[in-house]
Amino acid sequence: MEVPFAVMVGVLFASGLYLMMQRNLMRFVFGLLVLSGSVNVLIFTAGRLTRGAAPVIPAGLSTPAGEVANALPQAVVLTAIVIGFGLIVFTLVLLLRVYERLGTVKTDELGDALVRLDDEDEV
Amino acid sequence: MNSLILRTTTMLLITILLLFSVFLLLRGHDLPGGGFIGGLTAAAAVALYVLAFGAQAANDMVRVRPRALLGVGLTAAVAAGLIAVLFGTPFLTGHWLIIDLPGSAEVKLSTVLLFDVGVYLVVVGTVLTMLFALEGQ
Amino acid sequence: MLSAVLAAFAVALVAPLLAQRLGARAGWWLALLPAGLFAWYLTYLPAVAAGESVLEATAWVPRLGVTLAMRMDGLSLLMALIVTGIGVAIVIYAGGYLKGDPALPRFYLILLGFMAAMLGLVTSDDLISLFVFWELTSITSYFLVGFKHQYADSRASALQALLVTAGGGLAMLAGFLMIIAITGSTSISGLIADPATLLASPLLPAVIVLVAIGAFTKSAQFPFHFWLPNAMAAPTPVSAYLHSATMVKAGVYLLARLAPVFTGEPLWVWLLSLIGAATIVAAAGLSLFRRDSKALLAYSTIVALATMVMLIGLGGEYAGTAAVVFLLAHALYKAPLFMVAGSVDHEAGSRDITALRGVGRAMPFTWAAALLAGVSAAGLPPLFGFVAKELALEALLDTRAWLLVPFVGAGAVLLLIAVLVAWRPFAGREIQAPKAVHEAPLSMLVGPLVLAGAGVVLGFAPYLVGDALLVPAAAAVIGAPYAFDLYLWHGLTPALGLSALTIALGVLLTWRWRALHDALRARLGDSRVGPAGVYQRFIDGLVPFAQAFTRRVQPDDLRTHLTVITAVAVLATGLTGLVKGSLRLGLAHTPGYFYEYLVMAVVVAAALAAVRAHRRLPAITALGVLGFGIAIVFVFFAAPDLAITQFLVETLIVIIVALVMMRLPRHSLREEDNRAVRAVAATVATLAGLLIASLTLAVTAGPLDARVSDFFAAESYPSALGRNIVNVILVDFRAIDTLGEITVLVVAAVGVYALLRRRDRSRDPHDVEPPRGSAASDGGDT
Repeated sequence: MEVPFAVMVGVLFASGLYLMMQRNLMRFVFGLLVLSGSVNVLIFTAGRLTRGAAPVIPAGLSTPAGEVANALPQAVVLTAIVIGFGLIVFTLVLLLRVYERLGTVKTDELGDALVRLDDEDEV
Repeated sequence: MNSLILRTTTMLLITILLLFSVFLLLRGHDLPGGGFIGGLTAAAAVALYVLAFGAQAANDMVRVRPRALLGVGLTAAVAAGLIAVLFGTPFLTGHWLIIDLPGSAEVKLSTVLLFDVGVYLVVVGTVLTMLFALEGQ
Repeated sequence: MLSAVLAAFAVALVAPLLAQRLGARAGWWLALLPAGLFAWYLTYLPAVAAGESVLEATAWVPRLGVTLAMRMDGLSLLMALIVTGIGVAIVIYAGGYLKGDPALPRFYLILLGFMAAMLGLVTSDDLISLFVFWELTSITSYFLVGFKHQYADSRASALQALLVTAGGGLAMLAGFLMIIAITGSTSISGLIADPATLLASPLLPAVIVLVAIGAFTKSAQFPFHFWLPNAMAAPTPVSAYLHSATMVKAGVYLLARLAPVFTGEPLWVWLLSLIGAATIVAAAGLSLFRRDSKALLAYSTIVALATMVMLIGLGGEYAGTAAVVFLLAHALYKAPLFMVAGSVDHEAGSRDITALRGVGRAMPFTWAAALLAGVSAAGLPPLFGFVAKELALEALLDTRAWLLVPFVGAGAVLLLIAVLVAWRPFAGREIQAPKAVHEAPLSMLVGPLVLAGAGVVLGFAPYLVGDALLVPAAAAVIGAPYAFDLYLWHGLTPALGLSALTIALGVLLTWRWRALHDALRARLGDSRVGPAGVYQRFIDGLVPFAQAFTRRVQPDDLRTHLTVITAVAVLATGLTGLVKGSLRLGLAHTPGYFYEYLVMAVVVAAALAAVRAHRRLPAITALGVLGFGIAIVFVFFAAPDLAITQFLVETLIVIIVALVMMRLPRHSLREEDNRAVRAVAATVATLAGLLIASLTLAVTAGPLDARVSDFFAAESYPSALGRNIVNVILVDFRAIDTLGEITVLVVAAVGVYALLRRRDRSRDPHDVEPPRGSAASDGGDT
């Protein structure tokens, strides 16, 4: 399973980056989403893959019964997913504000739009 | 999405989902669940309500300001840490109070649970603050 | 030894307060610090004279193996005594020279801070701490050169001195780091005791050149000599102290310190002797253009330093001895000459030696100090300077006789400058000076007289410092003990003949100086060529270059930023992995099931669809499928908590993305970049994807350090009373991380709230108004 996982991580990473390297900021946000998914899976995979044995200790025992999945990367990725949510929404709202204020979401037009805005503010 | 089916189902679901989110929060220490998951479930329930009835109605239903949840949640989490300090242990060390109930049941109260409640509230507060801010214009 | 340095720093810190309290007498009181340190360093004399070296080590950054190792041997002691001894004279002198200057307290702070750094430099036995002290002297020098910061000239000179010496310091640091990488140790004495590893390394030439560049910049050797004459913008006490007796000797000290290591290497010998010779020629020639007494002295300092560099490069017993004796002799005569030049400037109002005549009548004591120091500087018997010069001549005769040519020229120029500074303005019939001439105050006489007097005493009785101090110091340069006696009279040797030749040339030069000087100035004027011009062009070009470069790789456009950053990261990581062979792609294989492959194929397809999607609904759909697919993968691989979280977050993200997109223009997802941009982005992204995929394989093929995971699994229930290990990690084991993370969430939420609230300050968007229609219900663009 490691090879398919590597392929999945790689394709997601490349797709995310490609989307981020474009002038359309909405595509940038989508890229960021795909990229964080890729990294989450990468960290998860690095903790090794285990099937069917969730890191939960059965009632009556004080240690896991037999081999269970690695809990550490799961905990790390869990917070990463939630934080990623906060980050994405913040970015989206920032983007929305940029559009409302500057009238564009094209990366190469933002600089000029900002200058125009400053000029208008001075007037 | 202005459908009668959605509204009806939502009315049915919302109570169940909110109760379920508390259930997920409380059982989280022993089974899949916990503050993050419980909080997200509650937030998803309210999101469903927003979609069905609009932000105003959702806001009326929630009653508290989501921003207040942020503060309360963070305070709860920090308080859980400070209780440990009062006991003379390092910040955020877990402390338990186990109450035996008649029969074989027991209730475990702990600073860890308080901390997880803080996480729950922060997550709910975060999502709802964002959602209402976006929808409430 | 460390305590002495720290004490000096501590006193430097309170010096401004003391200076304010003590007022005019501050110089005398503050001189107690260098005087006390001088006496304290003298206590090392018996041990050092017996050929021992005293070690002292304090752990500094133990995890990096950096210790504050200090070591006292002959060479360190000689330097420490020069620094503190001349320090006494300078501190007292500065009290008179800068009397009434409101910035005097600050001056003492930096000057004493410099002294502390310099003492640390010469007693360090650790390459890293030596570097730190080295740069500290550069920085304090910067502030002292720019002391009169209201003048643009001062500031420019200060910056030049800093850039040149600190830049050289960085080269030296690179050399040091190579030494540390090769030998695995930062100890200087360790390196001297066992240089074999370093000498066998193929990197040795680079080490030699880098370390030498550090020394050359600090000691103002060609082609870095130009900063020193400009540094004369500093107040005279600074010139006398830093730029003749101490800081500029740091380079010579470093070369002398490392001489035993490199002494057999042809590159070392040739580099030092050729640069030394070239510096002598350049500085001697340039000095003929100058008539400012301090500039002349600066050039004569460069010549003297070059002589020492040359001698250290030659190596061997004679040359090592000569270098050490020259070091002391130069400190003893050059500092007083500077102070005298400063006194004349102070009392008569000019440093132009052609503008003054006969000031000696009004300033007899100053003149006396000038003459004593000048005779020693000119290398005339019976002063200490003569002893030093004879030794150097013998060393050259003994080894490379052709270097006698620059050396004899150097001697003649040193004599010329000594006459120009110590004789010309004082002697002859008085002419109108810019100021009514008075004798300098006592504070400005003590230092020059005592130091120049020491030159006389040591000229007649060199044995006073010979065995106790100079023999151990020379032993450190030579690398082995070598006993010698110093004599004023060596008998009728070839060296004496050469000495006579030097003097004769010097006298001739002095006699014809005015004509030569005027002719040169008329012909060549102040043409800005040579290294100083290169420096100027470099500085002038640096800012435009930096601007152009930044515009190129970091333009306003986010795309380019990202592309450049990603490309560099991918290349750096990928190439390192390829070169080091650390990208070993193991094919650890956990067998898979059909349905697992299927879900992963869907995720991959969804990612590609997201790239291709140019309209809102397909794009959001693709993102949703991608997120839910990942959640299902988490289900397969025993991560229920992750799966649930991913499902919920994905749902919320889809809702919020949809809400935001409805407010953006319809075509906001269209791919608008031209073919070339897309090709570059696709290439960089593909390479990055390949790299990450290989890293995934490399990581999973390597060994897993599961100690932390195992601890959590074993202790989850016994210590933390929780059966869900993931949750126990989040709320107990790593709770403080989680606390940080929910704080981030709060910040993000407040940020979103603030961003959207700013839209219209007149209302509180929290108290929600009826939405315009149901904004959520008119979504979809198909």
